Formats: sequence, C-alpha cells, structure tokens
Amino acid sequence: MNSEVRSNLAHATAEEVARRSYGKLVAFLAARTRDVAGAEDALSEAFASALADWPKNGCPANPEAWLLTVARRKTIDALRGRQRHERAAEELRTMDEGLAAAQDSSKIPDQRLALMFACAHPAIDAGVRAPLILQTVLGLDAKVIGSAFLISPAAMGKRLVRAKEKIREAGIPFVVPEREELPARLDAVLDAIYAAFSEGWTDPAGTDAARRDLTEESLFLARLVIELLPDNAEALGLLALMLYAESRRLARRSKEGEYIPLAEQDTGLWDSRTIAEAENILKRGSQLRSPGRYQLEAALQSAHTHRCRTGHWNWPEILQIYDALFELTGSPVVAINRALAVAEIDGAAAGLNILKKLGNDARLGEYQPYWAARAELLVRTNAREEAHQEYEIAIGLERDDAVRRFLQKRQSKLNA
Amino acid sequence: MQYLLMLYADESGWTKMSKAEQEQGMAAYMAYTEALKQAGVWKGSNRLQPIATATTVRNGANGKAQVLDGPFADSKEQLGGYYLIEVPDMDAALSWASRCPAVGHGVVEVRPIWSR
Repeated sequence: MNSEVRSNLAHATAEEVARRSYGKLVAFLAARTRDVAGAEDALSEAFASALADWPKNGCPANPEAWLLTVARRKTIDALRGRQRHERAAEELRTMDEGLAAAQDSSKIPDQRLALMFACAHPAIDAGVRAPLILQTVLGLDAKVIGSAFLISPAAMGKRLVRAKEKIREAGIPFVVPEREELPARLDAVLDAIYAAFSEGWTDPAGTDAARRDLTEESLFLARLVIELLPDNAEALGLLALMLYAESRRLARRSKEGEYIPLAEQDTGLWDSRTIAEAENILKRGSQLRSPGRYQLEAALQSAHTHRCRTGHWNWPEILQIYDALFELTGSPVVAINRALAVAEIDGAAAGLNILKKLGNDARLGEYQPYWAARAELLVRTNAREEAHQEYEIAIGLERDDAVRRFLQKRQSKLNA
Repeated sequence: MQYLLMLYADESGWTKMSKAEQEQGMAAYMAYTEALKQAGVWKGSNRLQPIATATTVRNGANGKAQVLDGPFADSKEQLGGYYLIEVPDMDAALSWASRCPAVGHGVVEVRPIWSR
C-alpha cells in the first residue's frame, strides 16, 4: 500500500469512528471522572495522534479501544500537569476498571443515556441543556450549535464551558434517574433530541452531510432512549413525530430545490414504510395512556398525513388535537397553527381574528410563520394590499433561501 | 463529596411563631439532624444567631480593614444555619436538601466544598 492510500484510509477510518462512536467514547471517559471537558480534550488529542500514527503503522483492528488507550494516557498527563495526585489516582483506577473490558469495542458500555441525563440535570441551566447534549453526545461544535439556537458562537462556547465545569465541580452524577423522578428529567432529554433533529431538518436537500447525520443521530438517540425505557409514552411520541417528518423528506423540496408546503406535496414521494413505523410507535405510546406534548404532535402529523393522502376532510379532529396541545403548552406557535385550523372550519376571517389577537405576544413579532399565516388568510379574505405588506415582513424574517423564494412567489402572485 | 447546605429563611417568621410552633420546628430540625447522622452523612451543623448580631469586616477607604455593624447583604431571607454533609454526588445532596425542614419556610442553597 502506498503512503497516500494509507493516509486516506486512516482519515476515513478516523472519520467513521468519530461519527459512530464519538459520544460513546466521551460518555465512557467522562462517566467516572465527571470531567466532560477533560474527556473531550483527551479524545480530540487521541484522534490527532491517530491521524499521525495510523498512516504510518496502519489502522488498528479495534480503533475505539486504541483511541481509549491513548485518551487515557492523555488524561494521566493532564492530571499530572495539574498536580492532583490523590484525585488523579482515584480517577485513573475507576477508568481502568472499564478500560480492560473495552478492548472489544462491542463491549464498551453505552453510557450515552447517563451522559444525557447529566447534561439535562435540573442543576444545569435549562437553556444550555440541549446544546450540551448536542456537543457531548454528538460532538457538534459551538459554532453549529450557536447558529441553531440563535446565540453567538462565543457566547455559546462560554455557556457550554460553564455547564461542564458545573457537572465536574458540583458532582452531578452520570446515572439514569429513579422511576419517580424520571418523567420530569426525561422531558429535558427529549427536548434536546428534538432540537438536534430540528437542526438537521433545516437542510432538507441533505447536501450538508453533518446536518443530515444529525437527523439520523437524533433518530438513533430516540431509539436508544426507547430501548432503555421501553414503557415511556413520550419517548415513543417523540420518535413517531420525527419519523413522520422524516417520511416526507423527499417531498419537501422540488427537484429545483423549491420549498413545497405540506398540502401541495406529492404524497407518492412520502415513505410509506416510515409512516407505517410512525403509526405503530404512536399506537404503542397511546396504549400506555400517558398523554403528552410529543404524542399530541405526532397525532397531529398522523391526522395531516391521513388528510393529504386520502383527501378526507378531518379538520375538526385536527382542531381538537391543537386545542389539547395548546392547553398543555400554551405555546404561541401552537396557537398560530390552531388559528389556521379554525380558518379551515369557520372561514379565513375567523382564523384571522385569532391571529390578530395573538399579535399582542411580543415573541411573535419576529416569528416568520406568524406573518406568513396572517398574509395567507388575508389573501383568502381578499385584503391584497395588507397581505402584500405582511408577506414583506415574513420574507424579511426568513433565513431559509427556499422558503424565502416560496414566500416571494406567493407575494408576487398578488399583483397578477 | 462534601456539600454545604445553607439554610436561608425570613428570621421574623420565627419570632411570630407560638411557643408550641417553635418547639415543633426545633423537633423537626433535631429529627433531620438525627436522620443525617444515622445515614452516616452528617459532618457538622450549626444554627446561627439572628443577623442583628452580625458584624462585617471589609477593606476600608484607607486600605485598612473596616468593621461595620450589620450583615453583608440585606435581604428578605437570611442565612440562619448550615449542614455540612458527605455524600456520593449532587443527586444525593439535593435529595437530603429537599428533606431539610428549612425548605418548608425558606430556601436551601447547596454548594459543593472545594476539595483540593
């Protein structure tokens, strides 16, 4: 093998391992020491060593175990550097207990769920829990996370560092909580998984591999939660919700990359197998008789899917679910969609009235779908001039190019 | 790990209580302390005198220590006592904090002790 081929192979292997096992390795290294930042540093140095060593000496048979061994050595160096002998010895002993077992990569215990629960601990600021899981379990950097959460990369970086310090210094444990505490703690974990999925979802064309992986990783994480907590209805609801969205991936954009709204999608492009899986999982969840936000959102997706596929007019059913969801969450975003359902049943003017009342909520002033919904209903009530203005605001607020073009097209139709 | 549970409450609440209520309150704290000791996590605890007795020392304008009458911070709730406990992790500390009688009439701040 010539050196170029070897080097390419080493890089490909390292990338593959990073994608497959990054979170697992961080969780393993950090679970005992609670030092997430230290684990991340040691692992990134181990990856750097791999890229120097593997092209020369060939890729190891078990790259995960190789990386763990090097990461452990880096941890020793770091601990020596900090002159913390007593604690260092203790941390290394606990790490070694697991390391021996980890020589076979299939035997590295999967502690990602425990890591997620540590990140979503009530002692951690609620706003940073989801970003923390994205970074520690999926290996995303502060720049990507910041942009997903509309926070500057520098500020996001600081918040992540602070949260990791708190996990270490305050002794937040890496454990799955007891049954009685589980539902509340799990909500934070599920929210973070959904946030990760949404981040991947903003690249519908799937051109950005990192983002596409994010939807796959989130589906993987949701399945992992269900595997470990099979009787949790909301975890099932979340997976069903994400699968409904995933089933429409190919239909969301035209070949030319134009945005296509749900009602105008070619249902033939929807993935029937994924929809069937979502239906099954949602049913499994509802049989547990423990309703919640994600199950309701999945039920909505189910009803919309049924409507678009069959043309069956089921708006009253949809409105009922929105009512329940709004009662549960009080979310202004739910209220917008509820108003659109009302417009289908009682007419555009009725929906518009609700939307105008919602306008008092300052959070909606910069929310694109609010203005697009108003414009849409104004068109239906023939208030063209007003509609034109509201489309203008919606266009100005949109970040996605394809959606912006879609809104512009709607707006220009008004002049025709 | 060691954690300090700092008990904050409105002091005036105590003086407004009847004698029977005060006795009941004291009994609750004694039971809590006993439970901590039984579990082998108790390292120390104390009740503090009211803030009327507090004196503050800080750096004065001339660079010399300046002694002032009164507490460091004037707030609705005052530090009235503490427990020092040794438990495996934050969850265990929070679990003990949630059982502390102070939660019924004030707040408990949980702080890990600097360990190196």
